[in-house]
Amino acid sequence: MGTQSQHNTTFSPETLELVKRIIARYPEGKQKSALLPVLHLAQAEFGGWLSTETMDYVASLLDIKPIEVYEVATFYTMFNLKPVGKCVLEVCRTGPCALRGSDDIIEHLQKKLNIRDGETSADGMFTLMTVECLASCGTAPVMQVGDHYIENLSCESLDEILDRLRAQHEQKAS
Amino acid sequence: MRRQLLLKDINVPGIQSYDVYRRQGGYTAVEKALRGMSPEQVTEEVKLSGLRGRGGAGFPTGLKWTFIDRKSGKPVYLVCNADESEPGTFKDRYLLEHIPHLLIEGMILASYAIGANTAYIYMRGEFRWIFPILERAIAEAKAAGFLGSNILGSGFSLEIHVHPGGGAYICGEETALLESLEGKRGNPRLKPPYFPAVMGLYHCPTLVNNVETLATVPSIITMGGAEYARIGVGKSTGTKLISASGHINKPGVYEIELGLPVEEFIYSDEYCGGIWKGRQLKAVVAGGSSVPILPADLILKTAKGEPRLMTYESLAEGGFQTGTMLGSGGFIVMDETTCIVRNLWNFTRFYHHESCGQCSPCREGTGWMEKVLHRIEHGEGRPHDIDLLDDVAKKIEGKTICPLGDAAAWPVSSAIRHFREDFEYHIRYPEKVRNPKHFEIEPLVPRRHLATA
Amino acid sequence: MAKITIDGIETEVPDGTTILNAARQIGGAIVPPAMCYYTSLQQSGGKCRVCLVRVAQASARDPRPLPKLVASCSTPVQDGMIVENITSPDVLEARKGVVEFLLINHPLDCPICDQAGECDLQDLSYAHGLATTRYEEERRTFEPIDIGDKIKLHMTRCILCYRCTYVADQLTDERRHGVLNRGDRAEIGTYIQKAIDNDFSGNMIDVCPVGALTDRTFRFKSRVWFTRPLDAHRNCEKCCGKVVLWTKGEEVLRVTARKDKYGEVHEFICNECRFEHKNLSDWVVEGPRHIDRHSVISQNHYEKINLVALKKEIERQIQFQKGRTNGNNPNALTA
Ligand SMILES: Cc1cc2nc3c(=O)[nH]c(=O)nc-3n(C[C@H](O)[C@H](O)[C@H](O)COP(=O)(O)O)c2cc1C
Ligand code: SF4
Ligand code: SF4
Ligand code: FES
Repeated sequence: MGTQSQHNTTFSPETLELVKRIIARYPEGKQKSALLPVLHLAQAEFGGWLSTETMDYVASLLDIKPIEVYEVATFYTMFNLKPVGKCVLEVCRTGPCALRGSDDIIEHLQKKLNIRDGETSADGMFTLMTVECLASCGTAPVMQVGDHYIENLSCESLDEILDRLRAQHEQKAS
Repeated sequence: MRRQLLLKDINVPGIQSYDVYRRQGGYTAVEKALRGMSPEQVTEEVKLSGLRGRGGAGFPTGLKWTFIDRKSGKPVYLVCNADESEPGTFKDRYLLEHIPHLLIEGMILASYAIGANTAYIYMRGEFRWIFPILERAIAEAKAAGFLGSNILGSGFSLEIHVHPGGGAYICGEETALLESLEGKRGNPRLKPPYFPAVMGLYHCPTLVNNVETLATVPSIITMGGAEYARIGVGKSTGTKLISASGHINKPGVYEIELGLPVEEFIYSDEYCGGIWKGRQLKAVVAGGSSVPILPADLILKTAKGEPRLMTYESLAEGGFQTGTMLGSGGFIVMDETTCIVRNLWNFTRFYHHESCGQCSPCREGTGWMEKVLHRIEHGEGRPHDIDLLDDVAKKIEGKTICPLGDAAAWPVSSAIRHFREDFEYHIRYPEKVRNPKHFEIEPLVPRRHLATA
Repeated sequence: MAKITIDGIETEVPDGTTILNAARQIGGAIVPPAMCYYTSLQQSGGKCRVCLVRVAQASARDPRPLPKLVASCSTPVQDGMIVENITSPDVLEARKGVVEFLLINHPLDCPICDQAGECDLQDLSYAHGLATTRYEEERRTFEPIDIGDKIKLHMTRCILCYRCTYVADQLTDERRHGVLNRGDRAEIGTYIQKAIDNDFSGNMIDVCPVGALTDRTFRFKSRVWFTRPLDAHRNCEKCCGKVVLWTKGEEVLRVTARKDKYGEVHEFICNECRFEHKNLSDWVVEGPRHIDRHSVISQNHYEKINLVALKKEIERQIQFQKGRTNGNNPNALTA
């Protein structure tokens, strides 16, 4: 094994099983291929972002060097390298969405939540991020929230959407 | 009458599931091929069909399959490119989400043809809800005996795995995709020596094909390559999915027979349904954000005055002076209130954001262009900026490791070529363009390019 | 073997040789510059694009030109290939562009940079014209950091050639630094402060073409051109022990490996030789180092670049190209 991890959290037994199955998708000795899928699992399981400890833990699971994980995690935009709110709003800002008003959507969210791109609202609920084309240009403007896209956004519909998301998270918490 | 091959069953309730897909005639192409055709015959049909890669480059698919080195003694891989990230393109997602078995069927045929026993679907990580859809479909196909070992008693075995990307447009480029699949940064590889057909995934022969390309293969095997080639015009055979977005009444994914006039595509109610809000057409980016932008007059008719058709050749007619490319079929429409500079700044920001940073012209040049465009769009442009931009774009184009450099340069060169007035206006009236909605408030007329409705 | 013609000069090289190495075999002004390629480091090359050349004829079998300029460092020759480097205006224009790109985010802090005088980027911009004035935007900035007690990283100066990462991968037993982030936000780093401490890590300094990685133990900061380089060696268990001592009087200011005229080290040295032996008495001095580069070092102290001869050479090449298209005997001038 490579680096010994200081991580006091480890994956749940079910996730560890899944990690094993993922590694088995790739040829013997090519377990590094599992890095992106395992980083996604880690981000989901350890609070929505990747701490250094989490990345070192992933490195030890895959028997690779920590720097190999840092290099990859910093390359891909889906990995958050600092803590985020409970609900991350990833709003597409690219051309086709912009043609149908994504600038207004972003501005509306910034005002409403009183945060800028990349920041988290004071109550820790929402993090706002602008992202590049989500392949949903036909239903623009669009944002990703968790596992799903919310399409055909308008400033009017946003308020209701935020309320719904907040309610969902409060329900989950209780 | 328009023919549909890919989307004909898309509205059948439950088509996501194996049972319904099978009832609609699904997997008969696999039965036909594995029971009665050699791998070479499958490849031959695809060659005959004239099918060209639907991922953007339009390379003949059958020919590409013949490049696979089958004698190396190493395993052969098929990788489906489902990274779909080219702005304006969302057709692969439509197939993946709604009719996953069509892709799986195509992948079985392609794997059989090239001798691959392992295949990966590299799908952009943002499509989180589609992973379970694909995984269920793969499990169903396996349970039905179309995946796994010794499929239909043919001796041919295949496993398909789904692999998530991590958020990087560049991983759509096939060699970057392979690096990423190996768990690395998505830095494109040098060609030579890393041609995927010879030195692909894990340095083994690898075929990379787009989702739509692979999903077309079952139709070709079912109807025969020659029959497929009868659809379309010249070397643009078959049907193609077009992702239509922007200022139109009916955005969405449309399956067209190649050869459809552009004008009909934009204005007919069967497709885009015309320009929204009763406005006029200003410009179109016809094949995803990377291809040259064309003004209304040149997208509807070629410089020679012939009607422009939705084919690889017709869209390219006139070269980059007056033509463009079909690309991935991401058809982005802009009305008369669109600011070409603002849109270009947006696209250039995209390429700057997505450059992997490996080679200097793209790494440095995309950022430089974005900064200059940002200034112009925000009322801080200088007269020499336009020529500077054009020159920076030239110094990137053709000098980079992968085509992302070209993809960043072409929109800039073409916007300056066709819409120089927009740029000059920004430099002349800085106070007017400080409002981001400047051309909505006061459209830039008269436009020599405006199509008269 | 493959016959290849570069800027009108013919040579024969083993199959699989790159265009760049074929050109180096010919030598002289027709050798393309290289900022990222490094012969002894696998996978290096192809990134910086300063070595782009035009292939006017792909091979004897396929006499068509290649549609794009190619990276000479990573393109293998074909029998009958005809290459244009300094005889192609396209190549010179493209190279000017690449040099400009490399400089737009460069701090141009040569007056305070330890590498000044032996910097490949400095040499390159002299040769191809400093064209930075067109860049009026903000440059990216980074704070210099210490990676361990021996090496300093000035990320602002880095051109992302990746050479140092290959050194760490291929020479040391654990790579701790790498390329982080993407695009022009990419940087060399360790992510979290980690010292790079390893028997061969010092070689990163030697392979760095610019002043991004420098030797923190370089005592009494001195311009290289005020130092006297000496070839020297010692018996070392870890490495070849063959070095260059950069001296001033009796003092050893710095120890490096030996670079060839293209700035490349072929025999790497260990950290003990590099950092721990700063006494002349530790070494067997062989004699003065012959610096064979077109660099400031050689300009100040050694042979001057003969600009007149260089111009003449280029003129000759151009005449040759003209002659060839006029149907003259191509061999007449190559002798
Ligand atoms: C920057 C860049 C991005 C690309 N993105 C995609 C993509 O998202 N999906 C895709 O299928 N092909 C993409 N391609 C094209 C692929 O490199 C490759 O040509 C394609 O997957 C081959 O499949 P095909 O022959 O079936 O089209 C991209 C190419 C480049 C240069
Ligand atoms: S062209 Fe851009 S994306 Fe492609 S390899 Fe070079 S830096 Fe990376
Ligand atoms: S620090 Fe030096 S050697 Fe390393 S990538 Fe940057 S320029 Fe190259
Ligand atoms: S030396 Fe060839 S690309 Fe850098």
